Amino acid sequence: MFDFCTNPDTLGDFQWMLCYLTTGKHMGLYISFGTVLLLLAITAPTALLFGFGGAVAARSRFFVISVFGRGYISVVRGVPDIAFFLFFVIALDQGLEFIRHKIKCPDWTDAIWQGNDFVVCQAAKLPLGTSPQWIHEVYGFALAVLTFAIVFGAFAANVLYGAMTAVPKAQIETAAAYGMSRRQTFWRIIVPQMWVYALPGLGNLWMVLIKATPLLFLLGIEDIVYWARELGGTKTSRFTDYPHGDWRMWYFLMLLVFYLGFTKLSELVLDRVMARLTFGQATAGGEAQRKANA
Amino acid sequence: MKKLILGTTILALSAGFAIAGGHSVVRMGTEGAYPPYNYIDDKGEVAGFERELGDELCARAELTCEWVTNDWDSIIPNLVSGNYDTIIAGMSITDERKEKIDFTTNYTQPDPSAYLAMSEGVDVANGVIAAQASTIQASYIAQSGATLIEFATPEETIAAVRNGEADAVLADRAYLEPIAAEGGDLVMLEQNVLIGGGVGMGIRKSDTELRDKFTAAIESMKADGTLNALIAKHGIGEPF
Repeated sequence: MFDFCTNPDTLGDFQWMLCYLTTGKHMGLYISFGTVLLLLAITAPTALLFGFGGAVAARSRFFVISVFGRGYISVVRGVPDIAFFLFFVIALDQGLEFIRHKIKCPDWTDAIWQGNDFVVCQAAKLPLGTSPQWIHEVYGFALAVLTFAIVFGAFAANVLYGAMTAVPKAQIETAAAYGMSRRQTFWRIIVPQMWVYALPGLGNLWMVLIKATPLLFLLGIEDIVYWARELGGTKTSRFTDYPHGDWRMWYFLMLLVFYLGFTKLSELVLDRVMARLTFGQATAGGEAQRKANA
Repeated sequence: MKKLILGTTILALSAGFAIAGGHSVVRMGTEGAYPPYNYIDDKGEVAGFERELGDELCARAELTCEWVTNDWDSIIPNLVSGNYDTIIAGMSITDERKEKIDFTTNYTQPDPSAYLAMSEGVDVANGVIAAQASTIQASYIAQSGATLIEFATPEETIAAVRNGEADAVLADRAYLEPIAAEGGDLVMLEQNVLIGGGVGMGIRKSDTELRDKFTAAIESMKADGTLNALIAKHGIGEPF
């Protein structure tokens, strides 16, 4: 990075540290922070969408859709995350490849499952074996987003389902008295008012999601915990210009600060959102706000 | 013409070779945490004995290769499900692993494993010994009278000895040597343990064509002495 880094042995402590913290390997760490934040930024809205869909499905008057929605909520909530991450992702990946294989290579005569091996033709590979490493990484990332969204979507669906039911009955009856259809009642009365009931639960989910990101490494994505472990490990002088002892504690301390800081920031934002949503609501919070302003 | 190509393809397939088709890019899976075999260098790239060896093998077999890292724990399942095409991660050839995957011919001699401990007088036969999970060393300790504690990464096995959780760690001598040379407080015990059948590249059972290509490349490196030169350069163990 810097010109004076060519011979780290001769450097003073400060410059050594500066060179050490700007090695290509540390760049991997810094980039992985971005990966984690990007994952959160994409996963949270996607999970919310899944949750909304699940809650609407569970409330449906059609028996089949309702069973599907309630089934999704209960099954996914019941399966341990780690099992879901190990099993579901591989199953999804192989399922996609299986379908592509059937379409693209109809002449294939060999078995797809040969003992332990899962063999599809090269054209059906996802991503293609010829694609550069970054496509493999993007694909892995997309699988991660989808898996996170399905898992957290189930929890969000449960929260939203509860929130929809928590909207006071009188509001819905009034809407009916005004002649609104079910659809109109849903979009104009229930949805705008449910968020205030949903937010505490959704806020919790967000906090859990932040801490669940190290599961990324199970999917082969190099996240911050992987880099902290790799960079913190003892380095002998034969394999690096910057030998050091077991520094994992410092790296994990940095992660602790990052996660705590991020949690604190989230709390501040959630508080503001809550204050905003409470405004004008017929809840205890809304009433308190009205009195304070009056 | 199209029919002809199709016809030959089907013929080739039914004849049983080229099962996985031609590999245009071969993805090399490694752990990246086991110097000198493989590790991540300061630039953040895979380096070490197996990096140099793998690049040379790919050049000889006229393959385009790409390096990916994967956790040791899931390195075999990810090979089998097709996330990469080879394992080149200091993996010793054992009968147990052969049930799941194929190996090329070995590119190192059976490497002596050694104990690293805080002091010379450790009772390795009955003490608490650390090893990386799913390694030949771990199964060796499990069969001996000693108590085994397993860790996911090599790094943690060393840390366990330093903080007193284990009396000693059993690992490949080549991995422990630089640590003993640097560590100061850690000493390598004299006694060597000979386990395993040498290190080879792991390849899917269905991928016989790729296995044969790499085996041929390894044999050619053995024949012209370049493999021995690499082994000596990285301090991997005995030459062929």
